[in-house]
Amino acid sequence: MITRRHCAVTALLAAGVLAQGQWAAAQEFVPAVVFDMGGKFDKSFNEAAYNGAEKFKKDSGIAYRDFEVTNEAQREQALRNTARRGASIIIAMGFAQATPLLTVAKEFPTIKFTIIDAEVDLPNVQSVKFKEEEGSYLVGMLAALSSKTGKVGFVGGMDIPLIRAFACGYGQGAKAVNAKVEVFQNMTGTTPAAWNDPTKGGELARSQFDRGADVVYAAAGATGLGVLQAAKDLGKLSIGVDSNQNHLHPGSVLTSMTKRVDVAVYDAFKTAKDGSWKPGLKVLGLAEQGVGWALDDNNRKLVSADAEAKLKAAEADIKAGKIKVVDYRAANSCPN
Amino acid sequence: MSDWLLLILTMIDATVRVATPLVLAALAGLFSERSGIVDVGLEGKMLGAAFAAAAVAYVTGSPWLGLVAAIAAATALAMVHGLACITFNGNQVVSGMALNILMAGLAPTLAFAWFSQGGQTPLLGPGRRFEPIALPFADAFAQIPVLGEIYGRITGHNILVYAAAVSVPLVAWVIYRTRFGLRLRAVGENPSAVDTAGIFVGALRYRALLCNGLLCGLAGAYLSTAHGAGFVRDMTAGKGYLALAALIFGKWKPLPTLLACLLFAFTDALQARLQGVSLPVLGQVPVQAIQALPYLLTVLLLAGFVGRAMAPRAIGIPYVKER
Repeated sequence: MITRRHCAVTALLAAGVLAQGQWAAAQEFVPAVVFDMGGKFDKSFNEAAYNGAEKFKKDSGIAYRDFEVTNEAQREQALRNTARRGASIIIAMGFAQATPLLTVAKEFPTIKFTIIDAEVDLPNVQSVKFKEEEGSYLVGMLAALSSKTGKVGFVGGMDIPLIRAFACGYGQGAKAVNAKVEVFQNMTGTTPAAWNDPTKGGELARSQFDRGADVVYAAAGATGLGVLQAAKDLGKLSIGVDSNQNHLHPGSVLTSMTKRVDVAVYDAFKTAKDGSWKPGLKVLGLAEQGVGWALDDNNRKLVSADAEAKLKAAEADIKAGKIKVVDYRAANSCPN
Repeated sequence: MSDWLLLILTMIDATVRVATPLVLAALAGLFSERSGIVDVGLEGKMLGAAFAAAAVAYVTGSPWLGLVAAIAAATALAMVHGLACITFNGNQVVSGMALNILMAGLAPTLAFAWFSQGGQTPLLGPGRRFEPIALPFADAFAQIPVLGEIYGRITGHNILVYAAAVSVPLVAWVIYRTRFGLRLRAVGENPSAVDTAGIFVGALRYRALLCNGLLCGLAGAYLSTAHGAGFVRDMTAGKGYLALAALIFGKWKPLPTLLACLLFAFTDALQARLQGVSLPVLGQVPVQAIQALPYLLTVLLLAGFVGRAMAPRAIGIPYVKER
């Protein structure tokens, strides 16, 4: 009898230990990022996410999983495999992952997903979008303030509403400083290949410099590297995008329109860990520090104190709602 | 007046920059196709060369060593093509496409393994690229009003642009004025006649592919170390196919091929300047329509204005000695 009771107690204990083990496993926090084409070292959009994830790793000591999509067919597979291997939260980078995410997020209703730059309306998906037009407005102002010819340029990647929103905000900012400023605008292409064609980007930038522009803003992923290079080669100014690209060509990159994808990724991981993560749409603008412009040692000499003060004032006005920057995606047209 | 002159000159300038890799690649294709070997692998060879040039130029700090590596890489790929097509009598289109697909995957994979920058090579700083060079008397000419403007556009390109310019008459001379050229043309038209004359068909075709590799190497190096500053995945962006189209368009002759390349490059330069500009009658043309312009023009010209393009007669047919 005693032995039998003893057995039962042991079994109960064992079960308890097992249950506790399972509970611990369920609580184990596994964050993951699925980078988009361009890769995590694209010096731009994806690299910003990488930096955010690395910061989280450093602060919390929790390693994250990642996957780099290298062709268009891989996106859905990458998301599904990452989910199947038991991630707690998965960050999907870029608008192109919206469609695959719609399928995969339904298959894994218990996993949290955060998508950057697109909106997916599902109960387990958080969508993070940025007010690119606000950041672009500020760098547009700086472009017009720095231009000696009164002509500034914009080179976009693929011709999509998101990129038009960059162009539109930029134009509005430039016009706000100087109503007579001429804004040249070129799109690299209409297919995803337009993100990866630096020679074409360089040619488009040169065509704008030839027409008299002396500052060109690139919102074109890796194609933008060609724009920045052309500006450097010709002794003109360029404006980087997404990540701080000032260091690529110090003295030639006037500033960078920073999109704090790193902060968005860090916050998504952090809130998922402490339980305050919420699904739904988050739109990050200047007021939320989601977008901004980069000022560091590399471009300090290019930005005058006067220009800096004007940008700071405009920033405050936008935050306060005194300046309303038109969003191309909402208005479907641009005021200028 | 001066505005128009400037516009025309900058257009010519852009045309030359864009045409350079097309000209080099099309001339490379000319050697191969004139010897009777279809070359759809231009794209892959350029991509491989572009990667080799950027990788070696970054590691060694010398664009010249990068150029050597680019030529070596393109030649090696051309030899693989030769092995499949000449030695083993394989299908030439399949072999060429295989090269394209291979390099589209291999180049970013190697870049990823060696530099871990997402399939790119690091950006090439000053000294690691072919910089613009000033031709003699550039300063003297700059003083003269109109002529100075024009000469100012001729000077100041990088060395590979001039190499492409020189290569056109050089290739024409080799093809039409040398014994090698005569045999090369003959082997593309009628290899059995060449064989009867006691010349080894295979060896001749391999030599044609060596020239092909050399020129593809120059084209690739131009993309990543002269025009651009580093290798990016798929950076050839269809230039190999465009060069092949220019070659057919130019009826496999050096000078007409050059003109075809210049035409393609010109439409490219034109579309960059037409975007977002209001035209007199049409108003503002949508971006998509303007970007389709070079391709539309190709179809129109090929269909209507070129006349019959006569390919070398033995092209695409592996030469098998009759027993």
